[in-house]
Amino acid sequence: MDQLPILIIVFPLFTAFALTLLGWFRPAVCQPLTVVGLLGSSLSAIATLAQVVNSGPISYHLGGWAPPFGIEYRVDALNAMVLMMVSSVALLVAVYARKPVQKELGGKISNFYTLFILLVTGLLGITITGDAFNLYVLLEIAALTSYALIALGRGRAYMATFNYVILGTVGACFYLLGVGFLLIKTGTLNMVDIGSIVPSLSGSRAILVAFAFLMMGCWLKMALFPFHGWLPNAYTNAPTAVSCLVAPLMTKVSVYVMLRIMFTMYSVDWVFSVITWKPLVMALAVIAILMGSCFALAQRNIKRMLTYLIVAEIGYMVGGAWLGNASGYIGASYHILADGLMTVCLFMVVGSIVYKRGRAHIEDFKGAFSTMPWTMGAFILGALSMIGVPPTCGFFSKWYLLSGAYQSGDYAFGVALLLSSLINAVLFIRIVETAFFSATSDEEPDPHSHQETCYADSPPSMLLPLWASALALLAMGLYSSEIVTRWIQPVIPGGLL
Amino acid sequence: MAWVEVHYNYLLVIILLMTGLWAMIGKNNLIKKCIGMCIFQNAIIMFYISMGAKKGATIPILKHVPGAHGHGPESYISDPTIYANPLTQILMLTAIVVGVATLGMALTLVQKIYREYGTCEEDEILNCMSEEQDHELPLQDELKA
Repeated sequence: MDQLPILIIVFPLFTAFALTLLGWFRPAVCQPLTVVGLLGSSLSAIATLAQVVNSGPISYHLGGWAPPFGIEYRVDALNAMVLMMVSSVALLVAVYARKPVQKELGGKISNFYTLFILLVTGLLGITITGDAFNLYVLLEIAALTSYALIALGRGRAYMATFNYVILGTVGACFYLLGVGFLLIKTGTLNMVDIGSIVPSLSGSRAILVAFAFLMMGCWLKMALFPFHGWLPNAYTNAPTAVSCLVAPLMTKVSVYVMLRIMFTMYSVDWVFSVITWKPLVMALAVIAILMGSCFALAQRNIKRMLTYLIVAEIGYMVGGAWLGNASGYIGASYHILADGLMTVCLFMVVGSIVYKRGRAHIEDFKGAFSTMPWTMGAFILGALSMIGVPPTCGFFSKWYLLSGAYQSGDYAFGVALLLSSLINAVLFIRIVETAFFSATSDEEPDPHSHQETCYADSPPSMLLPLWASALALLAMGLYSSEIVTRWIQPVIPGGLL
Repeated sequence: MAWVEVHYNYLLVIILLMTGLWAMIGKNNLIKKCIGMCIFQNAIIMFYISMGAKKGATIPILKHVPGAHGHGPESYISDPTIYANPLTQILMLTAIVVGVATLGMALTLVQKIYREYGTCEEDEILNCMSEEQDHELPLQDELKA
């Protein structure tokens, strides 16, 4: 049982090696093998979470080298929760990917799954590690594999990926510079160790510069508003299965890294008392929410619309983390889970529409309710959660964020949250209206040739993960008080009221 | 002036970082952007290496005590002041690998872009892309009509 934390990483990593070898001879086994690897990983993550909730944080010493000299995997309820979210979302996408990958990437199946599972390894590693430099390496593993995956989209995707490579590299390099400054001042790379030394250096300018670099790195990686330029193009042009995986996970894991930097490497006292960045960051978050929602309103391509909604959601989480009170922190960390699940749900729906109809512009949703009732049913749940309608989890994260904004008097943030919910409602009602009331399409397809391919719902291998994610949204909402009291309350950093 | 004498390595790193960043953001040619990225990454590698360097120190490989022949701990000089800091060098070994992989990825993409559009200049590529879009839209309208 004490090897559980490393198993989360070992399962996908070794599956990646096996896939490289096996995929050469038998491309057909790639997808089942990926699913098995991710199943192992997510079961270990769930067991780790149970262990952490019952008996407190786990510190795993890699190779038996004690921290701060060796690399430490440090799991508390916050990252156990994110680990569970990442591994289970990846598992759902791996099941879902079978048909779209066959259709879109026929000859490259084995390469796709190898990169896919390496990306998941990178993301899980970022979440689990307690070593600042190890985090950089894993950040780059995740980034490099996601560049390659997005470039599989061909054509326009090449230029979008190139911009992503440049900005992603700048982000990772800023992070590395920040770690360098901290290494000079503290002489250690272990996050908890850094956290114990930083308070004694609170007046140092180098520590402040390090924080600035670390934050810039994170913000570039998570596409906070002025740095979001690379995201919509990259995620829109990526193949279906890739955007389903990358869109919910990459940005959320970066938010987690930001929480780690703010509250483990630095402290509540330092972030909110020694420096006075809060008004600036809150302004960025508010602008991100408003601009993300407005740009989303202007899109005809629904996949592109969703990518702008991600930009808005990043504003929610950054704002919540910087509110500087317990409700804001709860809202931000709960929203990491909630947003991961609802983004994957909506991207899977759009993927199914693309799979069936070739594109996902708003007019492609015409008549979708009569031809694809199951897919659209899940879409309704995802949309309700995005808008923030009660039993779904989107409501509860907004509730905590709003009460946090009210407590600390950041009314602009609260207003931005409400406005963005309103805009989300308009966006999704527009789609539902088109899908429900408009006739299928103007040209009736020949009833004998294409009837089955055009008028059937998506295949079960796509519906199953879609509904699993949609029901998880409901379950997370119904059990939200348990999640908050048992998982998030124990990890709220001391000093947050 | 005394500050410059002590901290000239940081000045050099700042100049390199700014050169790289400017090339990445300001240049129109994609290959030049890649070169900028490479300069940027290498500036950080130099930053790390220079922070671990010491005056008069040698490479971090254990030295024999003069005259000693055994292999036990007593026959090596364990005084840390005579060795450069090995930690930063180890870290940068990994960072170099990451840098090579990123550069390889970027250059592959530039090659693909060149095959697609026949140019490496960003403004020309963007022109091509917007023309493509103009072509696409009327086509859809024709289909509907």
